[in-house]
Amino acid sequence: MNGISGFAGFALRRALATVVTLLAVSVIVYVVFYVTPGNVAQITCGPRCSPAQVQQVAEQLHLNDPLYVRYGHFLQGIVAGQDYSTGTSVAHCPAPCLGLSYQSDQQVTELILTKLPVSLSLVLGAMVLWLLLGVGTGVLSAWRRGRLSERVLTAITLAGTATPVFVIGLVLMIVVCGELELLPFPQYVALTDDPEQWAWNLLLPWLSLALIEAAAFARLTRAAMLETLAEDHIRTFRAYGVTERAVIGRHALRGALAPVIALNANNVGSAVGGAVLTETLFGLPGIGQELVHAVHVVDLPVVVGMVLVIGFFVVLANAVADVLYAVADRRVVLA
Amino acid sequence: MSESLLASAAAGTDTPVPAAPGARPFWRRLRAQRAALVAAVVVALLVLVALGAPLLTALEGQDPTTYHPSLVDSARGGVPVGPLGGVSGDHWLGLEPQTGRDLFARLVYGARVSLGVALAATVVQTSLGVLVGAAAALGSRWVDQVLSRLTDIIVALPLMIMSLALLAIVPSSFPRPLLVTLVIGFIGWGNLAKIVRAQTLTLKGLDHVSAARLSGWGTWHVARRELLPGLAAPVLTYAALLVPMNISAEAALSFLGVGVKPPIPSWGQMLTAANVWYQAAPQYLLLPAGALFVTVLALTVLGDGVRTALDPRAGSRLRVGTGRKEGSA
Repeated sequence: MNGISGFAGFALRRALATVVTLLAVSVIVYVVFYVTPGNVAQITCGPRCSPAQVQQVAEQLHLNDPLYVRYGHFLQGIVAGQDYSTGTSVAHCPAPCLGLSYQSDQQVTELILTKLPVSLSLVLGAMVLWLLLGVGTGVLSAWRRGRLSERVLTAITLAGTATPVFVIGLVLMIVVCGELELLPFPQYVALTDDPEQWAWNLLLPWLSLALIEAAAFARLTRAAMLETLAEDHIRTFRAYGVTERAVIGRHALRGALAPVIALNANNVGSAVGGAVLTETLFGLPGIGQELVHAVHVVDLPVVVGMVLVIGFFVVLANAVADVLYAVADRRVVLA
Repeated sequence: MSESLLASAAAGTDTPVPAAPGARPFWRRLRAQRAALVAAVVVALLVLVALGAPLLTALEGQDPTTYHPSLVDSARGGVPVGPLGGVSGDHWLGLEPQTGRDLFARLVYGARVSLGVALAATVVQTSLGVLVGAAAALGSRWVDQVLSRLTDIIVALPLMIMSLALLAIVPSSFPRPLLVTLVIGFIGWGNLAKIVRAQTLTLKGLDHVSAARLSGWGTWHVARRELLPGLAAPVLTYAALLVPMNISAEAALSFLGVGVKPPIPSWGQMLTAANVWYQAAPQYLLLPAGALFVTVLALTVLGDGVRTALDPRAGSRLRVGTGRKEGSA
């Protein structure tokens, strides 16, 4: 059959759509942020600048050019890199160039690259944790359905969905680091420097982020498994004497696979939002903390660059999940 | 099942067809769920507190913005004077460290901001979602393409990140609560639009809608009279779940310092400030944290209840679905 070529075609179409979406996201983000009512030149220059100085800053930042010209430059920078004159010398910003920070003249790409390991450590570590916790809890409550332990688990997950990430993070930090002094207040240590310290210091941020996200996965896994358990083929398995453990662990869990993949992709966006809060709360020097800082000082190139990079990861995660979903679905159909 | 449910609703009949979600069966099903009932009472109380905030603070004799420098111990860095962080007959829940503002007053006025912003943002999200989703489903192929791609893009932009960034660029002269409402409202409608589009496409194929179209009614009339009633159930279900999400979003933005700004009190903002005071004045931290938790929990449970009441199948599947149930032949 043309299964492979059909699948390759699907993946190709999906990749194309992803590129188009990313371009559209970049246009929207760029236009929204640079058609600002606030006076960027004045803010960048400082409150005591004379009108002439403000004009000079505006000139330097190309704020007087038409928007499409500036967007063209911006895209060109991403694809081919760009040269910036900083008054006396010319700095080269290699591709993918996202511009220079208004505040520090640092290259945005460089800035993001220094912050990215922290954020990736946080989100990926938390993702492992929330998948394990969430799917595990879901399986357990589907298995123990109707019993007391299931009701307790359901209550805990409900409380989890209802707690904002910064509330649970605050409580964890105060109880674990402040009162019980089980862990020191988190301080980021790079994985390459000391893997053990890296994990210890990220433990609380991981937990804060994962506990909240896990709740949604627990609810979904449980619902999907109960739905599968109600289907006829499961009854047939049971009639043939397949053990309950195998029915739950092998057959019902498979039914939950595709929805869990889809939810995980959908959740990347909210997890990134949660990561911003977690980083700010625990003082982790990641993209989120830098974004909050850039927002406060209206450093537009940094804000736009970071929103685009985050958008890139979210769109990419969705595309990957779509492909994975098709794989998971196909297996369900074939099985 | 859900199609028959929607069809009978769309036809506007109130006959007791098992699946018809008329207003009365809906309320009966909602009341039948104990958790949802309790949650509804809690939400009603919270709304009353928010609406009656000026009354409640007048009863206490305080307001949320007056500083009481004489009631904080400046020698100890501004810790409130008196037991339990300054709890007294005058200040029911104690005082804010450093400023000495009344915590009870800030908490109940915070409920106003929290609920007001969340509900208003939900209205914006729901209106936009229904408009865009229905227009995509009913418009020409070209309109559908443009609106669907737009929806995809909106869904791809993380709500927190976008609102965080957007809130930075608007001048501070713009009223902050309104701005937070608009930002959350204009970013968070994507998923609802997708649901409405899919539902409208399903409804379009139903007999009574085709009949209405073939009898020569215009698109607008068909949309309003034949489709809108059928959209009510999914839209209401999703909107009910949006409210607690918006509460969290507002609190998170205020927590980061880009949402509602002082002197207007907000729970998220209180949490940021309370972060360093948890040992000296624990209730300063516990009160907004507890308020947020209870509010979001109650709204989530209520939202679940609304979903179960509108889609009886979901309820039986989630609660009684033991796997030994007879197949749905």
